[in-house]
Amino acid sequence: MIRSEILKEIAPILRDQLVVCNIGIPSQELHAIDDQPTNFYMLGTMGLASSIGLGLAIAQPKPVIVIDGDGSVLTNLGTLPTIGNNCPDNYILMIIDNGSYGSTGDQPTYTGRKTDLAGMARAAGCDNVVEVQDVDTGEALQAALDSGKGTVMIVKCDSGNAKMPVITMDPVIIRDRFMKAVAS
Amino acid sequence: MNISKKLVDDFVANDVSFITTVPCKQLAGVIDEVEARPEIFHIPSNKEDEGMGLCAGAWMGGKRPAIIMQNTAIGVTINTLATLTQYYRMPLPILISYRGELREPVACQVEMAVHTKALLNQMLIPTYHFHKESDADEFDEILKYTFMANKPVAILTDASFWGGYGDQ
Repeated sequence: MIRSEILKEIAPILRDQLVVCNIGIPSQELHAIDDQPTNFYMLGTMGLASSIGLGLAIAQPKPVIVIDGDGSVLTNLGTLPTIGNNCPDNYILMIIDNGSYGSTGDQPTYTGRKTDLAGMARAAGCDNVVEVQDVDTGEALQAALDSGKGTVMIVKCDSGNAKMPVITMDPVIIRDRFMKAVAS
Repeated sequence: MNISKKLVDDFVANDVSFITTVPCKQLAGVIDEVEARPEIFHIPSNKEDEGMGLCAGAWMGGKRPAIIMQNTAIGVTINTLATLTQYYRMPLPILISYRGELREPVACQVEMAVHTKALLNQMLIPTYHFHKESDADEFDEILKYTFMANKPVAILTDASFWGGYGDQ
């Protein structure tokens, strides 16, 4: 499976949750598959989805699901120790690990070679780290939500992107409707 | 007057309850004070752009955030300030240790100091420079201004403000 197929499959689980979605094609795919006011789309700032989601999860009690990518986590590796030492129970970091920088033309990342993100997350202090195959994503995500424990999921899947339109919504509108959904 | 305590009192009085810090010798007293306050969730970050991401999330979650960092980090955070904090129109007080000014013992610090105000100006970030201790009287108003304007606002605090660097 590629990322967009996973997102289609887990859309019913994501729909009722606060979701912070990574820059580029992941946000375009989620927006096209199931746009919700509970989705915060990153339009720029590669690497910070996990950080934004962590701040959000610490600041309020609702579950927060971050849809991140292997390339983006690699660009902000300092995030893993911060998560490992501060992870609240309502935080789920789902790293879609397709071993490539999808938004820029599928150049390979190091996770497709020797680098093991799950091992890095564990070494950084993250207590609940699960590795799942693409087909098991929905079940693992639901289990993480049901567990009530902060979780880092590494979802191994194929490289590739769906052709989706660019998000043209104004960032302040994305942010404002998201904040209203958070507060509701 | 304990200036670190005064600055953190002003944070608390303005309901700033989520503060991320990156270590700094000059701001060590402020960081200790932030850590000691039960009203504040203190989360050290490993890099300043990461910290600004944490602050963005905390603000969307209903908490008023702030970041404490050195001026060298302006070089690290330009993209985050432009494409996250400013693009989504979010408030962020940035309390900055302004290294490389008068009384600076380390020459390399001057190399970012000479760019600091130019970069903040280029980013259209309102900037205040604390040089004398009495300059901190305005900190409370600067915080109110930041959350009124929904913008990142920089507060540069130099070595003269802190009374020098001590032994290095």
